[in-house]
Amino acid sequence: MIKNSQAIKREEVVIRFSGDSGDGMQLTGTLFSDTAALYGNDLSTFPDYPAEIRAPQGTVGGVSGFQVHLGHSEINTPGDYADVLVAMNPAAVKANILWVKPGGTIIFDKDNFTEKNLEKAGYKSDPVKEEKLETYNVIAAPISSMVKEALKDFGFEPKSVLRTKNMFALGMVYWLFNRKLKYTEQYFEKKFQNKPEMIEANKVALRAGYYYAETIEALNPVFIIEPAEIAKGTYRNICGNVATAWGFIAAAEKAGLKLYIGSYPITPASGILEELAARKDLGVKTFQAEDEIAGICTALGASFAGNLAITSTSGPGLALKSEAIGLAVMAELPIVIVNVQRGGPSTGLPTKTEQADLMQALYGRNGECPVVVIAASTPSDCFHYAFEASRIALEHMTPVLLLTDGYLANGTEPWKIPEMSELPEIKPPNADKKEIPFLPYKRNCETLVRSWAIPGTPGLEHRIGGLEKTLKGTVSYVPENHEMMVRLRAEKVAKVADSIPDLEVHGEASGDLLIVGWGGTRGYLMTAVRELQTDGFKVSFAHFNYINPLPKNTEEIFKKFKQIVVAELNMGQFADYLRMNFPEFKYEQINKIQGLPFTIKEIKDKCIKMLEGN
Amino acid sequence: MAETQTYNYAPKDFKSDQEVRWCPGCGDHAVLNAVQKALTELGIPKEKFVFISGIGCSSRFPYYMNTYGFHSIHGRASAIASGVKIANPDLSVWQITGDGDALAIGGNHFIHAVRRNVDLNIILFNNEIYGLTKGQYSPTSKRGLITKTSPFGTVEEPFSVGELVIGAKGKFFARTVDANVTLSTQIYIEAAKHKGASVIEVLQNCVIFNDSVHETVTGREVRDDRTIILKHGEPMIFGKDHDKGLVLDGLKLKVVKLGENGVSENNLIVHDAFESNPGIQYMLANMRYPEYPVALGVIRSVPGHTYENDVAEQISTVQKDAKIKCMDDLLKSGNTWKVE
Repeated sequence: MIKNSQAIKREEVVIRFSGDSGDGMQLTGTLFSDTAALYGNDLSTFPDYPAEIRAPQGTVGGVSGFQVHLGHSEINTPGDYADVLVAMNPAAVKANILWVKPGGTIIFDKDNFTEKNLEKAGYKSDPVKEEKLETYNVIAAPISSMVKEALKDFGFEPKSVLRTKNMFALGMVYWLFNRKLKYTEQYFEKKFQNKPEMIEANKVALRAGYYYAETIEALNPVFIIEPAEIAKGTYRNICGNVATAWGFIAAAEKAGLKLYIGSYPITPASGILEELAARKDLGVKTFQAEDEIAGICTALGASFAGNLAITSTSGPGLALKSEAIGLAVMAELPIVIVNVQRGGPSTGLPTKTEQADLMQALYGRNGECPVVVIAASTPSDCFHYAFEASRIALEHMTPVLLLTDGYLANGTEPWKIPEMSELPEIKPPNADKKEIPFLPYKRNCETLVRSWAIPGTPGLEHRIGGLEKTLKGTVSYVPENHEMMVRLRAEKVAKVADSIPDLEVHGEASGDLLIVGWGGTRGYLMTAVRELQTDGFKVSFAHFNYINPLPKNTEEIFKKFKQIVVAELNMGQFADYLRMNFPEFKYEQINKIQGLPFTIKEIKDKCIKMLEGN
Repeated sequence: MAETQTYNYAPKDFKSDQEVRWCPGCGDHAVLNAVQKALTELGIPKEKFVFISGIGCSSRFPYYMNTYGFHSIHGRASAIASGVKIANPDLSVWQITGDGDALAIGGNHFIHAVRRNVDLNIILFNNEIYGLTKGQYSPTSKRGLITKTSPFGTVEEPFSVGELVIGAKGKFFARTVDANVTLSTQIYIEAAKHKGASVIEVLQNCVIFNDSVHETVTGREVRDDRTIILKHGEPMIFGKDHDKGLVLDGLKLKVVKLGENGVSENNLIVHDAFESNPGIQYMLANMRYPEYPVALGVIRSVPGHTYENDVAEQISTVQKDAKIKCMDDLLKSGNTWKVE
């Protein structure tokens, strides 16, 4: 199709699609990533929505973006800066120009660069001059007029015609990356099953963009990104929220329990509830509660009744659930609380990402109230950690707080689908039916876990509750009993350390600098560390998914490095937690609180500074 | 069906080994007795009863029942009980709550549990005061009540439980008096048999902080003339001498004396608890002494969809034609690709 002389091979490339919220950029980005994935590239994506549902058209506040990072080698992040920016209007240029690599390609719809739109975007003069766009490879394509022309025979309303603009732009990008149109055309055929004219119109727009790009010379050279060397298996694209939901379904299946989720809609966590609500086929019971508190309380009721019980939320919702988490700690019932973190405090930055709920997760309750805290680190490993959270909750009869974040929730990446047979069985400590009378707080001597007697089981009738109890379940105000129970509950949670994997070190086991991270920053930190290692620095990386309890070998690992730096998207909450747990080490910090993920460059720059200052 | 099976339970089978710690003379003791009696009549095995409570004096109730029980946190019992029932519709779930627990801190959960019509039996102990925190006014305290937090009298309009239940689309509302164990037992049995959220308001006496609050209506000497026990299908007669009744006068209820002005039993309203239009039931629930007698008995009992049933049905309908039968199917569904 294209001549090799016109093509250049690249290891990786970043494309950002952006436009008005109504321009269909999320779909465009998703279709592009699906095609890339089916071609065999490794990739990572990140959607960037405006906070408002429909911000005024044409304004910077209304710009919606979707970034795709694809490569021939392993891709861990959606990328810092874009090689190609697709901008459907002037506001999209304004909002994204800072994120385009110097000399990068910018494709925009020149028909949309009207005086009115320029003004709405806040341009006083020609953006080409104002933004010094001449230093970029600018393709000013008349996208709107081209689709009007291409679809003139369809007899559509002008508004409907313009809705295919995004497909024209997508066609251009497909040409630029030498991709087949087939998968996207198959999508049209499925999506518009009963509307043949819509299938045809979208195909025409897509092809028109493709041929237009071929015709104009400005889009040479074409980028070639060979398929990635990835492990054999069956893959799919998955976002963090869906992976989380699926992890719970898988855990329920492995435990032989029904799955129940009680939640209240909240950005960016609603996707978990939505996905589970659609899974009636697998028997999932979902309850959209009247508030956050009812979300967790109905889940706690379901847990008492013997289900695998989940509640999902984001920061402000977690605050509302605190009291009920305390009850779960006291009643020693299994429950998983998912907190998809967003920028805080208060309503904060609902559509942006942050890791500032760590202390809330660890300590945000009254009394001595320990829970297990774990954190997922990539969109697809949300599946694994949701499964793990469920396993720990059920096997250790404890609430588990699973932390993800807005970036993981909405980001996608290809995921090698596991077989259910590969996953471990989950064995809740079901009460022995002959153990009458049932003593609710009698414990397994080794794990300190109590047994679970489910209502409906004859002979095991018992009462639990929020008041302090004796082993028998009797309310007790005896001072020594309270101290004993507080210590037992804490020790039970501490003993979860026996059933979690060791902390891993990426790179040499000793060296000048250990970069420490946790949760959703893994991809950025990992990429930065690899690049530093390639540059010859003695840098290693340790990433935490298990926060409470910490992996048992943490101290051993920390000992072997001259410097430790903790990088996180907050003011240093994990660093403080480590200081408290292992005060013998000195911890440097890299922090960012902008509602955005790290960039690889800023991590590298800061680490190099630290190493050079040594 | 479980109802057809008989279990030879005596009330003592439902007593736990815990010492009952309510104040001597507290109305809660009588409620406990009536509930334990009612459970023997339901034909439900003991292990299927679950008692859920929030916080307050009455919320200690589950500890005194030899059934499954969960004493939870303030105001949240409706939500926890809903979760239990939805998770396992086979259980008989009872919520024990008070005027503060259900109508103040738990108001939101209460109205939504009622609206969703989750099959719960909600016994609301209404003593118009906060007892456990030692005497502050509650959302049902009468305007002007002097308490520790209203030393000059409250300036709040109280909730009427029945009005709130009907406003929240409630399908079952009954009222009883703590000391009337016979009536209470009957009502608990009816509430348990009703499919959907059943709210029973118990006019309960707090001997310490609001003693005799209901006495003007429920006192031994006056109760027959100041209350009316409603029975479905029967004319609304009350009074020590069965000489008073209720008629509809225009759009309002009116108390009449039988035999006066030519009024006979035939003129009286016949109670229809099953009528879905709540108009008259609403007026009955809101009757206050001295203008009217206070209505006791089952005021409203209308069949309807229950939440947990609809959830279960939706699942089985979807599952019938579902292509995805297990997690492996889901994992492999949709767009996937193979890397060889």
